[in-house]
Amino acid sequence: MSARPDMSVTIAGVTLKNPVMTASGTFGSGMEYGQFVDLNRLGAVVTKGVANQPWEGNPTPRVTEVYGGMLNAIGLQNPGIDVFIERDLAFLSQYDTKVIVNVCGHTEEEYLEVVERLAEEKRVDMLEINVSCPNVKEGAIAFGQKPDALCRITERIKKIAAQPVIMKLTPNVTDIAEMARAAEAGGADAISLINTLTGMKIDIERRCFVLANRTGGMSGPAIKPIAVRMVWQAAQAVQIPVIGMGGIASAEDAVEFLLAGASAVAVGAMNFHDPYLTEKVADGIEAYLVRHGIGRVTDLIGAVNG
Amino acid sequence: MDKITALVTESAELTPGIQSLTVRLPESTDWDVRPGQFAGLYPADGSMLLMRPISVCRWDPARRELRFVYRPAGAGTRSFTALREGDTIDLLGPLGNGYDTEALAGRHVLLLGGGIGVPPMLELAAALRNAGAETQVTAALGYRTDELFLAEDFRETGAEVLIATEDGTAGTKGTVLDAVREAGIRPDAVCACGPMPMLRAVKRYAEELGIDAWLSLEERMACGVGACLGCVVKTRETDAHSHVKNARICTEGPVFAAREVEIG
Ligand SMILES: Cc1cc2nc3c(=O)[nH]c(=O)nc-3n(C[C@H](O)[C@H](O)[C@H](O)COP(=O)(O)OP(=O)(O)OC[C@H]3O[C@@H](n4cnc5c(N)ncnc54)[C@H](O)[C@@H]3O)c2cc1C
Ligand SMILES: Cc1cc2nc3c(=O)[nH]c(=O)nc-3n(C[C@H](O)[C@H](O)[C@H](O)COP(=O)(O)O)c2cc1C
Ligand code: FES
Repeated sequence: MSARPDMSVTIAGVTLKNPVMTASGTFGSGMEYGQFVDLNRLGAVVTKGVANQPWEGNPTPRVTEVYGGMLNAIGLQNPGIDVFIERDLAFLSQYDTKVIVNVCGHTEEEYLEVVERLAEEKRVDMLEINVSCPNVKEGAIAFGQKPDALCRITERIKKIAAQPVIMKLTPNVTDIAEMARAAEAGGADAISLINTLTGMKIDIERRCFVLANRTGGMSGPAIKPIAVRMVWQAAQAVQIPVIGMGGIASAEDAVEFLLAGASAVAVGAMNFHDPYLTEKVADGIEAYLVRHGIGRVTDLIGAVNG
Repeated sequence: MDKITALVTESAELTPGIQSLTVRLPESTDWDVRPGQFAGLYPADGSMLLMRPISVCRWDPARRELRFVYRPAGAGTRSFTALREGDTIDLLGPLGNGYDTEALAGRHVLLLGGGIGVPPMLELAAALRNAGAETQVTAALGYRTDELFLAEDFRETGAEVLIATEDGTAGTKGTVLDAVREAGIRPDAVCACGPMPMLRAVKRYAEELGIDAWLSLEERMACGVGACLGCVVKTRETDAHSHVKNARICTEGPVFAAREVEIG
């Protein structure tokens, strides 16, 4: 029998044991899904967005289902950076996995405050900056939809960040390649995409919006083809690593993202369908490599033909 | 907590628009189910990716059988009506906190179920039967018409049963609280599940009487396990988990002390 394939990937100097991460906001800080999956088997846990202060989030209903997917308008409810460090980071410290902290804010200063606080935290391996949440009124997505603003906030964060910085991009733009290049120009160590696509659902019997926020971010299998396309376009546009996500429901889906140019992948909404999915995706990618006689998972990155 | 594949042992219409579904859990599961908890039922059609939260109506640990009673509302719950004995269904559970039966033991407990809020009260009534001889249970059940699903099952638990119907075709014409007032009973704790206007009225009723009340709340859910923050309710105090005045119904609930939640 030949040796097991090498599943490790390195992003901005950080080596993950495999390319499977959790998508921010769909996995809490690992505590809740830790009873279903062995967090030690994941490449990284990406935590729910955290701000400098506690955020209440949006009124309910915050979630609903759509064909092959779901809409959410949580509005980035979070307990704030103090509780996050004390409780969630302490929890994750028990595990042998990489910790990527997703950061949100209304203003540049709010982002910077969180990044600064995290600079002292040795257990944080990388930062993912959410400049792409469609569900909060100020800030957030505004930074992710204008190349200049994206480049500028990336530069400011990079100046004070102690960990490598991943800029998380929104698909709600005309030209994703331009946004990817703006993040790279600002000094981002990596980019991740896609965040959710802005959607809407109307209850025709009651003639009202289903979500209290009216619009919500769409995720789940229905968005996967769009995500794969955008990951491919972004990977073509930049030299820095790309982390791909959007609708991953199986190892086969994950391989598609890798072939499109992603160096790692994140599993999001489908955790809700199958709480064991992250581990299954990691196992399935390995099985794919064995089946195809490929020795290293990195050989798949961007390896789509033609 | 697991996601498991259960075997359907019964699936039938109880009354028009109300379905009963009983499933047997695999032997490998070690679910310990409390009244007031719920499970997430997954539609077989993968285009519907989220589980449907349905309360436990009955739990038989010896047979590992769970009974659900539900109203087919949309596509997901309608798809469950096609299940037949011998089919399988995927379940996530057991979810939520459930009722603290020890806190209710020894009291005169009033159980209030309105419409599709009736089923979860049945497991609570059954559990309270074993909560000591001093525990007294009155179940006030509210229906639209005289299709009194599960009322007989409540009587079998030994509970005193009061009926209210919207159209007056059985019991008291009006709400469950109308039936309670008409019967002139004076409980010292109340547990309720039903539509929001009913829960608000129950909260006021308990405040007037100065008694403890627990309410079973509903909200749209995605994960069911506390990870997505989709299912929150406004709380009076800062919640210990969220550090804002929002608690997760799927995790800190669905059962809340009435005084802790802001339901308007
Ligand atoms: C803790 C809890 C316990 C419940 N117990 C019962 C029960 O014992 N019996 C029963 O008949 N119903 C119960 N419900 C309501 C039940 O979950 C919904 O009727 C059901 O999810 C509707 O799904 P659908 O596919 O038929 O409707 P659709 O409208 O097609 O559903 C679309 C999405 O919205 C969600 N949704 C729609 N209505 C509701 C609702 N009222 N509450 C929560 N989510 C909703 C669905 O889960 C799904 O994700 C309970 C709800 C909660 C939160
Ligand atoms: C309930 C929910 C909450 C989310 N919260 C965040 C968040 O806090 N920060 C963030 O950057 N992305 C957040 N996202 C976006 C996901 O991380 C991911 O980018 C998106 O859902 C696409 O992947 P998926 O289709 O696999 O879910 C959230 C998504 C969902 C469904
Ligand atoms: S449904 Fe996800 S937190 Fe309750």
